[in-house]
This record gives sequence, C-alpha cells and structure tokens, in this order.
Amino acid sequence: MSIAIYIAVMAGVTYCIRVTPFAFFRKKITSKFLRSLLYYIPYAVLSAMTFPAIFYSTGNVLTSLIGTAAALLLAFLELPLIVVALAASLATWLAGLLIH
Amino acid sequence: MSRTSAFVRGMVQGIPIGLGYLSVSFGFGILAVRAGLSVTEASMISLTNLTSAGQAAGVDVIAAHGSLLEMALVQLTINIRYALMALSLSQKLDNSFTLPHRLLAAYGITDEIFAVCIAEDGKIRPSFMYGITLIAMIGWVLGTFLGAAAGQLLPASVTAALGIVLYGMFIAIIVPPSRKSGSILCVVLTAAVLSCVCKYLLPMLSSGFAVILCAVAASVMGAVLFPREEDDT
Repeated sequence: MSIAIYIAVMAGVTYCIRVTPFAFFRKKITSKFLRSLLYYIPYAVLSAMTFPAIFYSTGNVLTSLIGTAAALLLAFLELPLIVVALAASLATWLAGLLIH
Repeated sequence: MSRTSAFVRGMVQGIPIGLGYLSVSFGFGILAVRAGLSVTEASMISLTNLTSAGQAAGVDVIAAHGSLLEMALVQLTINIRYALMALSLSQKLDNSFTLPHRLLAAYGITDEIFAVCIAEDGKIRPSFMYGITLIAMIGWVLGTFLGAAAGQLLPASVTAALGIVLYGMFIAIIVPPSRKSGSILCVVLTAAVLSCVCKYLLPMLSSGFAVILCAVAASVMGAVLFPREEDDT
C-alpha cells in the first residue's frame, strides 16, 4: 500500500480528533462538575505524561533524576519555561560528563 | 492588545516549544528512516500530524504493513487526549475566534501548545495561537528533516541530554500553579502516582491509553473533591 495513503489516514484521524470539539462545540458549559473537570485535565495530563517517563528520558535514570531535580527546583522558583527546560537538559548533560 | 502583538507574543511563547520539538523530532526522523521511510515522507508526517507519540506509533504500523483500520485506531487511542484539550480550550477562546479560525487553529492543539494557552491570563486570540503554532511547527518539521537526513552526527551525550527538554517544560508549567493551589497540587500528585502505578504494575496498558486513564481519574477526583465556584480560568 502506498505510504501516502497511510500518512493521509494518520493526518485525517488526528485532525478530526482536534477539530471536532474545538470548532463545533460552541456552548458555554454550565455544569459545575464538567467545568471543574476540564479545569483540572491539563494539569493531570501533563503530570501523567511527565511521571515516570522523565526518569527514562535520557536513557540513564541517574542523569534523568538530576535533570528532574533541577527542573523542579527552577520551576518552584518560577523561572521562565525555556530556562527551566534548557537548565534541566544542561544539568543532565553535565551529570553525564561527570559519570562517564 | 493588537493582533500583531498577540502574534509576536505567541511566537515568543513558542520558542521553548520549538526548541524542544526540534530535539524530540530529530529522534523521530532517525526512527522513521530506520523504518524505511524517505526523508520527504518523514517530514510530511511531521507537517501533517504535529504529534509525537501518534507519529512514532504510526511509523510502526507502516513498517509492519498494518491495515488502515489499525492505523486509524492507533491514532484515535493515542491522540484522543487532544479532544479533551480541545474541549477545554474551546471554553477559553475570545469572540474573534470564528469558525474558519477554529478550523485552522485546531491543527495546533498539541500538549505543549495547549499548556501554554491554558497558562495565559484571560481569553485566547487566534493570532496568539497562530504565533505559537508557527514556531512549534517549524521546530517539529525542521527537527524531523535534520534527524532523517543527517541523524547520528550529534554526539550521543548531547542527544541524550536533549531528551529531557520537553519534560522540563511540562514541569515548568505544572509546578507554579501547584504552589498556589492545593487542589491543583493534589490533582497533579494523584495523576503522577497513578501514572507510575500503570507503568510498573500494569505494563500491558499502552502509554497513550495510560495517560488518558490517569488524567481522567485524577481530574474526576479533583472535580468531586474541589469543585470550582466560578469561571476564573
């Protein structure tokens, strides 16, 4: 089968998932439960995606833990996103150099 | 705020996302070529899908000559979280978000772009989302192209360290609100614990499905225990 058809199906399904609730749901949600649920979902999704995956993100649990600790500390100090993200990477890289 | 400044502010917010995507999609490019795709095909997948886990799984299906139905179901399962995010984000759009804008901007609903939009004060304008999406998309497609065309040229220590960038950004998004709100902290910790339980005790769950399960369970708990009084998001 042509790879272009696979790509079209992938892209089509993914776009439909995004666009259907985004474009065709125009009502204001009034249910307090649903509103609360939608308010918490992003934080829950990001947290579930980060832990425990971040511990394996560099291929080495020890350097990943050091990077995680750096990110948590700098995020706690409310530094900008890019500073936290790149500092975590830098800490990981330095830790890798020290270990090897 | 003017349309131009919203677009520029979106592009600035998109820089960390674009950098993170560049490093992650570099790995995707290497993987796609290994699975037998051309550099153009790999780049086209990134341009039309703009998602990490779904693309990696999709390349596996292509490599295994799976059916189109399997492809559709894999994408649906892994990417269904975008429907939740899109629904959540649809509550935060300002009045200038007409149907054509919604049809176009929907392309850019990814975990990271969603997170940045949710962290914004007040309503979201189309130009703001376009700014973020443009930079993120450039990073994602460029990284894929570079990884597919020139992978394995970077030293392993650098590619390894780049693997944590996106997660570092997630942490930067969830920690500050968790400091200020006990209910968010509780939801975030619950989701993290459930996710670890899934990973170590229920390894047969696919990672995309596990994220859906953990996030919905933690959010339902939050909505039951700490319902929110009025709209101050």
